[in-house]
Amino acid sequence: MHAAPERRSLLVWQLALASTLLLGWEWGAAAGHLDPFFFSRPSEVLLRIGQWGGTGTLWIHLWTTFVEAALSCASGGLLGILAGFLLAWAPALAALLHPYIRIGNALPRVVLAPIFLLWFGLGVWSKVALGVTVVFFIVFFNTSRGVEEADTAMIDNARMLGASDAQLFRHVLVPSALTWIFSSLHISIGMAIVAVVVGEYLGASRGIGYLIAQAEGVFDATGVFAGMTVLAVGVLIVGDLITRLERRLLRWRPRPARSERASMV
Amino acid sequence: MIAHDATGLDAHSALSLHDIVVPFGSRTVLDRVTLDVDAGRFVSVVGPSGCGKSTLLNVAAGLLTPGGGRVAMFGEPFSGVNRRASYMFQQDVLLPWKTALENVQLGLLFRRLDRRDAHARAHGWLERVGLRGFENSFPYQLSGGMRKRVALAQCWIVDPEVILMDEPFSALDVHTRLRMEQEILGLWTGSGKTVVFVTHDLEEAISLSDEVVLLSAGPGSRFAGRYTIDLPRPRNLLDMKANAQFHDVYSRIWSDLRQEVMRSHARRA
Repeated sequence: MHAAPERRSLLVWQLALASTLLLGWEWGAAAGHLDPFFFSRPSEVLLRIGQWGGTGTLWIHLWTTFVEAALSCASGGLLGILAGFLLAWAPALAALLHPYIRIGNALPRVVLAPIFLLWFGLGVWSKVALGVTVVFFIVFFNTSRGVEEADTAMIDNARMLGASDAQLFRHVLVPSALTWIFSSLHISIGMAIVAVVVGEYLGASRGIGYLIAQAEGVFDATGVFAGMTVLAVGVLIVGDLITRLERRLLRWRPRPARSERASMV
Repeated sequence: MIAHDATGLDAHSALSLHDIVVPFGSRTVLDRVTLDVDAGRFVSVVGPSGCGKSTLLNVAAGLLTPGGGRVAMFGEPFSGVNRRASYMFQQDVLLPWKTALENVQLGLLFRRLDRRDAHARAHGWLERVGLRGFENSFPYQLSGGMRKRVALAQCWIVDPEVILMDEPFSALDVHTRLRMEQEILGLWTGSGKTVVFVTHDLEEAISLSDEVVLLSAGPGSRFAGRYTIDLPRPRNLLDMKANAQFHDVYSRIWSDLRQEVMRSHARRA
């Protein structure tokens, strides 16, 4: 009933929980219960992030990771949409490719990272390739679903109103599929970030994954935690931006009061 | 008043469906049904549920190609979607991602009319169906009755010669429904358009129509009767139930429809 005060008090509790955990961690390290070699401590992690920010290295790595993720989403999304519509338009082709698509989707994409490193080198493109293989399937399945779910009466109505195939595609089928694609935006971008960070971790010269791998290589727990923190904050901000974008693009949809949805971002 | 006759493909008819057969798997939905609708007439098709009324309308719309029979508009056979007709569906078919105004002008857009012209005409139509001020509302923001008004404007704006309606108001409450029916009569009167109205509600059929066509119980529906309704026009639907002539016509058609309904029940039991 009183949503606003409830939300505010919830926020207070959430912050209290975070401070308790962080203070407990800090205290545990100071009192010698947690070995700083393995667990570091929040103050040092924060200090490290500040140092990275000051020297500018942080921005280079963060920028690299997000550019890779964005490129993965854009190209994987485009390919997924094209493939989704193509197979919806040609059911025979869809039937032919069905088992291969399933096999492709069943394969844990991480195992492709080494071969992409071999093919595309240490730079941005091996990460983008890995991200594309992840995003493609999510967008592809959502596109197919969106085309399938397009209401037949709605299609008949458009036809009766004189829609050509192209107009039907543009005004009915594409918007119907886009609804599904937008709904999967959070998952797509979340998975893209996971993929590129894993790619960086396995072999790169830049990026948050590379930063974490470097720190790990010299047993620098502080560096690992600092990298994790930066990544988490970055992903939260991106997730928030996507939520806003989604609200704008899907503003024609009723927004039922619903609890926070579990998602990747 | 009752003329049990339907013969010949008539060149004067706005819509002629002749010996239409529609198979569905091993069964037959429509078994040699013939319907001629004269231009400018308001004709209702009634029958027990499952008798293939909507199937017949889909054939008339060109959305369904019959297994046998001939279909013609003003004496000209056609295949594919019937470009001279509009179709008002039972379901909600407004595009949810377009505003009321965009939905109304959809048909004009598809016909590649000048955008500004289409815009102005859509405005006019929304006003005509009483939805001024709702131009930028999305369908989910409108009530069921308002959505039907948008659908109505969407159908009429393309100025079709024949309008096919498939139980368009069955989902509405009684009062909204009565208002919509009156609205339809208002739009149709003097428009010269031909309306084919499918319903299972005999009251609705009689109060709106010049003619009521009865289909027999399905499967394998056949033509079962044709009745001329010569209630005077303009009609006031609110007073219709108090009209003695209305009751007279109603009981006459009902005695035939009743038989079909009973047969339909018997087949399903």
